[in-house]
Amino acid sequence: MNTLLLALLVMVALALLLGAVLGYASIRFKVDADPLVDKIDDILPQTQCGQCGHPGCRPYAQALASGEEDINKCPPGGEDGIHKLAELLGVDFKPFDAGAAQPKPKAVALIDEATCIGCTLCIQACPVDAILGSAKQMHTIIASECTGCELCLAPCPVDCIRMIPQGTDLTNWKWRYPTIPIKAVKP
Amino acid sequence: MSRHATHIAQPVTVSRVMLKVLAALLPGIAVSVYCFGPGVLVQLLLATFTALGAEAAVLRLRQRPIAPALADLSAVVTAWLLALSMPPLGAWWMIVLATLFAIVLGKQLYGGLGNNPFNPAMVGFAVMIVSFPAQMAAWGTPLAALDATAQLQWIFTHTLPAGSSVDAISSATPLDVLKTGLLQGGQAVSQLLQQPRFGQWGNAGGEWVALAWALGGLWLWQQKLIPWRTPLAMLAGVLAVSLPLWLWQPAQYASPLFHLLNGATLLAAGFIVTDPVSGSTTPLGRLIFGFLVGVLVVVIRVFGGFPDAVAFAVLIMNMAVPFIDHTTQPRVFGRKGGRHA
Amino acid sequence: MSRLYDFHGGIHPPQHKDAATAWPIQPLPLPPQLYIALAQSVGNAARPTVSVGQQVLKGQQLAQLDGRLSAAVHAPTSGTITAIGPHPFAHPSGLPVETITLQPDGLDSWQPRSPLAWQDASPAQLRSHLQDMGVVGLGGAVFPTHLKLAASPLATLVVNGAECEPFISCDDMLMRERAAGIVDGIRIAAHALQAGQVLIGIEDNKPQAIAAMQAACAGTPYRVVTIPTKYPSGGAKQLIRILTGIEVPHGTRATDLGVQCLNVGTLYAMARAVLHGEPLLSRIVTVTGAVAHAANYEVAIGTPLAWLLQQAGIADTQAEVIMGGPMMGITLPDLHAGLPKAGNCLIAKSAALFPPRPPEQACIRCGDCASVCPAQLQPMDLFWFAKSRNFGKAQERHLFDCIECGACSYVCPSQIPLVDYYRFAKSEIWAAERDKKNASLARQRHAFRQFRIERDKSEKAARLAARAAEQAAKLATQAANPAAASAAPAASGMDDAKKAAIAAALARAAAQKEAKPLSEQHTSGLDDAKQAAIQAAMARAAARKAAADAAKAADAANPDSPPAATPAQTGMDDAKRAAVEAAMARATARKAAAQAQKDASE
Repeated sequence: MNTLLLALLVMVALALLLGAVLGYASIRFKVDADPLVDKIDDILPQTQCGQCGHPGCRPYAQALASGEEDINKCPPGGEDGIHKLAELLGVDFKPFDAGAAQPKPKAVALIDEATCIGCTLCIQACPVDAILGSAKQMHTIIASECTGCELCLAPCPVDCIRMIPQGTDLTNWKWRYPTIPIKAVKP
Repeated sequence: MSRHATHIAQPVTVSRVMLKVLAALLPGIAVSVYCFGPGVLVQLLLATFTALGAEAAVLRLRQRPIAPALADLSAVVTAWLLALSMPPLGAWWMIVLATLFAIVLGKQLYGGLGNNPFNPAMVGFAVMIVSFPAQMAAWGTPLAALDATAQLQWIFTHTLPAGSSVDAISSATPLDVLKTGLLQGGQAVSQLLQQPRFGQWGNAGGEWVALAWALGGLWLWQQKLIPWRTPLAMLAGVLAVSLPLWLWQPAQYASPLFHLLNGATLLAAGFIVTDPVSGSTTPLGRLIFGFLVGVLVVVIRVFGGFPDAVAFAVLIMNMAVPFIDHTTQPRVFGRKGGRHA
Repeated sequence: MSRLYDFHGGIHPPQHKDAATAWPIQPLPLPPQLYIALAQSVGNAARPTVSVGQQVLKGQQLAQLDGRLSAAVHAPTSGTITAIGPHPFAHPSGLPVETITLQPDGLDSWQPRSPLAWQDASPAQLRSHLQDMGVVGLGGAVFPTHLKLAASPLATLVVNGAECEPFISCDDMLMRERAAGIVDGIRIAAHALQAGQVLIGIEDNKPQAIAAMQAACAGTPYRVVTIPTKYPSGGAKQLIRILTGIEVPHGTRATDLGVQCLNVGTLYAMARAVLHGEPLLSRIVTVTGAVAHAANYEVAIGTPLAWLLQQAGIADTQAEVIMGGPMMGITLPDLHAGLPKAGNCLIAKSAALFPPRPPEQACIRCGDCASVCPAQLQPMDLFWFAKSRNFGKAQERHLFDCIECGACSYVCPSQIPLVDYYRFAKSEIWAAERDKKNASLARQRHAFRQFRIERDKSEKAARLAARAAEQAAKLATQAANPAAASAAPAASGMDDAKKAAIAAALARAAAQKEAKPLSEQHTSGLDDAKQAAIQAAMARAAARKAAADAAKAADAANPDSPPAATPAQTGMDDAKRAAVEAAMARATARKAAAQAQKDASE
C-alpha cells in the first residue's frame, strides 16, 4: 500500500513539476511572429503582383501558413517555388491550375516616355515604388527595382507601358547541368 | 565531341582500377589453391557468375544500362573477395546465396556502385555467418589429400567418394579451435597451438595465404590504388589491442602475430578496409577508420561470440564513416583549422 | 636561394609546349576586320566614345571605362568604325556582346603618344594612366591592372612567369625575347607598390626564359626563382604559396597579406603603356594543336579568331578550338569573335591530341581528386552535393574555394567532368543569391510603401480630426457667447483673413492675366507637339481597345454580351478620354504658370 502511495505521489509530483516547466517555457520563450510565415515569405518571389488573389506576398504567406490557400497560386515563383513550398509545408506538389495564370519569363515594365502623360496612376499602382515621376511629369521605371508584377499595365490611360522580357546576358548566364551524351558521334 | 570544362584526362577507368585489384588478388588465390585445392577456384567461378547475373538482373529491373555497369568489374571484385572469405569447400548454394545478398542487398538496393554505405562483400559474409554459423566454420583441412573430383562432388552434392574422411573437409579454423579451446578452459594458448592444426605461426598453410594477400596489398599501394593510411592504421589497431593482452597474460591470449596471420586480417588490410566507397575518405578519417576496424577485429575475436570478426568490424565502422568524414574535414587552402571553419 | 614551399596536390599532365616554342614570336599582317568587344575586363563593359563611320587612329580610345571595375578599349590600328553592336564573343555562353567593328585602312598611323614620367608620378597618376591605357591582367583573368597597384607599401611582389598549363607558351616566349621590357614593367610596379622584394617565379621547364630573365635582372634586386614544374603552380594563390609560404584564403585580397601577383605579360604591357604611351593593343597568343604553323603570334586585339587560325594553317576548319589551356580553357562557340585581351592561347582540337572522354561512371570515392586538389577540398563530396543540387551543403564545404583548375577532373578514374558540376553549382548559387537579393529589395520596398500609405492615411486623419476639433471649438465659443458684442472682434478677425485671401486671389489673377500671352507665345510649340503626341497615343490606345472589343465581340457566343459590353466600354473610354483631357488641360495650365514664373524671374 505504501509503495503504491509513494509511486502515486512521485508521479503526481513529476507531473506538476513538468507542467510548471512547460508552462513557464511557453511564456518565457514565446515566439511572437509565426516563423512559418517568414519561411514561406522567404520562398515567395516578392513580386507583390497579387496574382494569388492576396494583396502582396506576405498576405499569401499568411494564408498558406494557416492552410487556407493552395500552394499553386504563385505563377512568378514557378514550379520550382511550388516544389519548395510543398517541401516546407509537407504537402504534395500541385501543378498550376489549367485555366489559371501560368509562369512566364521574367520581364520588367518599360514606359514609352514619349507617350506618357504623367497621370501618376501607375505610380500609385506600383507595389514596390519602382516608378519615378510626379503629376504631369513624364514617368520612368527603375528597371532594377521592377518586379515585373504588371500591376501598372491596367491603370495606364494611354497604354504606354510594355513588359520587356529579360533575356540572358553575360551577367546572368548560367552553366548548365553537365549532361551525359547518350552516344558519342563518331566523326 | 563533348565540351567539358577540363579538356584532357588521364586514361584511367574504373574498370582498369578494378582489374588491377583482381590482379592483386592472384598471388593469394594461387596459394589458396595450393593449400585448399581447386575448390577455391570453383567458389570463385560460382561467385563471379552469380554476381554478374544478379547485377544484370537488378539493373534490368531498375531500367539502368547494364553493359557499362558490368564492365566496371566492381561486381567481380565483390564476388572474389566474398569467395575468398568463404570456406573453400562450402556447398555451392552457400556462395551463391552470399553473393546474391552482397550484390542485391549490399550494393544494388542502395543504388549501385558508389552509393552503398556498406562493403557489399562483408554484407554477404555477415548474412551467411549469422545464418549458417556451422557451415561457415567448416574449412577444409589445409593440404588435405582430397582430389579435385572429390572436392567438386562435395561442393555440389555434399557427398564424398568412398574412403574419404569427413575430417578432410570440415575441420574447424584455427580461430575456431582457439575460441572453443579457451571457452572449454583448462588449456593455455601455447598448449592449443601444439595441435597439428596450427602451423609455424598459427595457421598451417593459411599463414602463407595471408602473406600472399599482404603482397597483393603492397602492390596495390605501389600502384597508388590504395592509400597507406587505412591498412597501416588497421594493423596498428590489431596490435594495439592484442599486444597488451598478450603481454599481460600470454597463456590466455594469442600473440599479435597469431591475430595478424589468422582469419581475414591481412586480406582485410589490403582489400576490404581499402574499399573506397564504404570507407572514410579524409586523411585523418582513414586513420581513425582503419584503426578502429583493427581494434574491433581483435575485441570481437577475443571477447565476442564469433571466431572471426573482420566482417562485423568493417560493417560497424562503415556505419560510422559519415560521422568520421564529417568531423575530420581537412583544412582548406588558406583557411585556419580543419572541419568547418 | 630562398626556400620554396609546396602546395597540396597538383598534377603533371603532358606538356605539349615544344611545337610552339620552336619559333620566335611571329608578327601577323592586319586582318580585314577587327572586332573589338567592349567587355574586355572583369567588371563593367566599356562605353563607346566613337560613332559609326568615324575615322580613328591607332591607339585612339574607342570606349571609356564605366565605373571603377572597368577598362578602356582602344583602336589596335587606324581605320574606320563600320559598326557598333552585338557580335559573337569569346565566351562559353556563345552570347553576343556589344562590339566595335573596325575596318583597318592599312596605314597603321598612330595618334600622338604620351608616355608617363613614372618616377615623378604619384601612384594615383600611374593608376589613372594605366586605366586610360586599358591595361588588364593578361594571365587570363583580365582584372584591371590599376586596381592591383593600390596597396603600398607592399612586402612582396610576385611576378608570375610559371605558365603551368600544357600547350601555352606565350609567357615563355615573351620572357625569352622581351625580358628587358618585362623588367621595366617590374620596375614601375615595384615603384608604385613600394615593394620590399620582387620574386619572379618560373617553372623549371623553361630554362631559356629563366636564363633571359636572370640576365635582364642582373644588377637589380629582383630575384628569379626556379620552381618545380607542377600544375597549377601558375595560379596566383599557388605561386604566392610556393614563393612566400603565404596562403591567401578565398575572399581575401592578397594585398591584405602583403603580397601582390602580376603576370609577366601584364608587366610588359604596363611598361609599353608607361614608357611609350602605347595602350594595350596587341598580345602574344600561342596558336597550337592541329595547325600547320604552331607558334606564338603577336596579334592585334579584335583579330577574328577564325582568320588567326587560318594564318596558322588550321587543318580542319570544323575542329573545335579551345581558348586558354586544356585544363581551364573554354571551347569557343563561335570563331567569328575577335581576340579578347584574355586570349592567351588557341588550341585546335584533334582526336589524337584530345581523345573523346570515356562516358562518366559512378564515383567510387577513391579520393584521387582530394589528393590532387590544390585548394585541399574534398572534390568527391562537392561533386555529390552539386549533383544532387544540395547547394547549401556544397557551400558549407567551401565550394567557392575551388579555383576550377581541373586537376580533380584530370585524375578521376570514373571520368567525371567534376569542374562542370562545380561551375553549374556555382552559377546556380549566384543566380539564387541574385534572386534572393532582388526579392528582399522588393520586400523592403513593398513594406516601406505599406508603411508610407499607412502614415499618410493616419496623418490625414489626424489633420481632419484636428480641423474638426477646431471647428467644434469655434462653434462652441460662438454658442457660448450669444451676445452680439462679442461677435464684433471675431468678425473683424475673420474679415482680416478674408481680406487677405481676396487680395491674394486678385494678385494671382493679375499675374495670370499678365502671364497668359507670354506663356502662350513661349509654349505653344511645345504644347502642340505634346498634344499631338497625346492624341496619337490616345488614338493608338483607342484603336487597340477597339480591336480588343471587336475580338471580344466576335468571340462571345452569347448574343447579349456585345451590346452589354460596348456601352460599358464606350463609357469607360469616354471617362478615360475626359480624364486625359482634363490631365492635359491641367498640364498646359501648369506649364504656362511655370513659364510665366520663369519669365517673370528673368
